[in-house]
Amino acid sequence: MPVVETSNLQKSFGDHRVLDGVDISVAEGTVFALLGPNGAGKTTVVNILSTLVRADGGSASVAGHDVAREPVAVRAAISVTGQFSAVDALLTGRENLTMMARLSRVPRHEIGAVVEKALARFDLVDAADRRSGSYSGGMARRLDIAISMLAMPRVLFLDEPTTGLDPRSRQGVWEFVRELVGEGVTVFLTTQYLEEADRLADRIALLDGGRIVADDAPAALKRLVGSDIVEATFADGRVACYPTDGSLDDIKRTILGLEDATHVTVRNPSLDDVFLTLTGKSPKQVTGKVAA
Amino acid sequence: MSAYALTDSSVMIGRSLRHTTRNFDSLFIGIFLPVMLLLLMTTVFGGAVSGTAGDYVTYVVPGVLLLCAGYGASMTAMSVTTDMKEGIVDRFRTMNVLPSAVLTGHVVASVARNLVSVGIVIATAYAIGFRAAAGPLGWLAAIGLIVLLIFAMSWASAAFGLVAKTPEGASSFGFFLLFLPYLSSAFVPIDTLPGWLQPIATAQPFTPLNESIRGLLLGNPIGNSGWAAVAWCLGILVVSGFTASALWRRTRR
Ligand SMILES: Nc1ncnc2c1ncn2[C@@H]1O[C@H](COP(=O)(O)OP(=O)(O)OP(=O)(O)O)[C@@H](O)[C@H]1O
Ligand SMILES: [Mg+2]
Repeated sequence: MPVVETSNLQKSFGDHRVLDGVDISVAEGTVFALLGPNGAGKTTVVNILSTLVRADGGSASVAGHDVAREPVAVRAAISVTGQFSAVDALLTGRENLTMMARLSRVPRHEIGAVVEKALARFDLVDAADRRSGSYSGGMARRLDIAISMLAMPRVLFLDEPTTGLDPRSRQGVWEFVRELVGEGVTVFLTTQYLEEADRLADRIALLDGGRIVADDAPAALKRLVGSDIVEATFADGRVACYPTDGSLDDIKRTILGLEDATHVTVRNPSLDDVFLTLTGKSPKQVTGKVAA
Repeated sequence: MSAYALTDSSVMIGRSLRHTTRNFDSLFIGIFLPVMLLLLMTTVFGGAVSGTAGDYVTYVVPGVLLLCAGYGASMTAMSVTTDMKEGIVDRFRTMNVLPSAVLTGHVVASVARNLVSVGIVIATAYAIGFRAAAGPLGWLAAIGLIVLLIFAMSWASAAFGLVAKTPEGASSFGFFLLFLPYLSSAFVPIDTLPGWLQPIATAQPFTPLNESIRGLLLGNPIGNSGWAAVAWCLGILVVSGFTASALWRRTRR
């Protein structure tokens, strides 16, 4: 039985229809990535699943409990790191963690050890006794994520967890997600970074126009846009992509047709190509082939 | 969930108390403003309102206490509105935290902060010549009434803070509470007010509150005003408490 499931989820703000029949199913112990352009409704989906916002229609369940009818049971099974910082700026890092550990029902005598471990894990030991309001964006983000792991949840929601992190911190978060999954936690993440979804997720869903327009394993999604892609840079700086059928003939013919290109590479399709193809929002997208 | 009601409330009270000591505005308003008000009342208006400044100190201290308690409590509205804009409140909502705990934290911190203010006002009052005739019981009753007022007004402010859109809007509740004591017997006898204002001044909660506290501190009989004051405060407390809890459950960012 899926641990997160939505069926025909609907949500409008005023007459702006944000979710228009979203179906999602996440298997226990896997990483699910929800991708979508800005304003697609990713955060709205997370808010509905984490009992913050009520859906207008359809149904959603987490850990076997309906989010609207049994919010208390849902909250007991989840942990959420929202898109925007949710730490107490007037408290220090250590105070934030201690407070959240108590509210997360960590047994009283374990709190000290759990907090120290979290500080070490997220590289916050030196800043532990500074007010979190003075942290850099990346540090605050790490504190945010450290808070979500205080009590091992069954489902962890991460809404754009690595936005604003430097490459090293981002690697740290990825490692941490893999570790958690190793311990059986299900991770539901949203991201703008296709690389992130590609590396972490067992399954990727693309949200666009209020619906899931693609939902598959990363490799299968990449196959959707076809085989090798010829990427050409032109003298005026313009970059264009030309899908091929993968045969040497087709690749040769494509490249030979690009007489004024200054630089040509042949590469595998990336998730960016999937994203751009399926959401149709690419300024640089060229689907047709050049005439030979 | 209810097994954790105490944990949640005490965690939130600790949080709000820390906020209070780390927030310059709340310290300034809690400590300096009351003292300035008292000195302003007695030195500037003192001579004009009654014959000698010393008599007026005695007359006005109960009113200044009410003014500080009411205005100080109104700061709760701003802290609640500010808090509601923070991501952390949404995070609390995704956890099984007792729904009223965040508000309880703000209210209890407000009571603690304002009791300190009240203490400072009393100390300053003594320094400039105020002398209470009350015995320990009178003091206890007077302080008890002030605590009740702070509790009631803090809950009312918390409810207002949940409705207000911005902290600036929320602060307008303070003007209301700053204004009310002037329309009571706190600073001038009611019979010196314009005729149309007298029924309003008599009917509002600050008049029985002021009569009771002045009577208790000066050792004069207070008649029914004590019960009227308690009834007003309990009424405000119950209505605001329920309203705030209902609003909290409904309010979503
Ligand atoms: N409380 C709200 N009131 C009105 N409109 C809202 C509200 N919350 C979200 N919206 C609108 O719903 C749409 C989807 O928002 P949402 O935050 O879910 O998008 P998103 O996919 O998370 O975007 P981003 O990548 O920028 O985080 C947006 O157009 C947004 O303006
Ligand atoms: Mg978002």
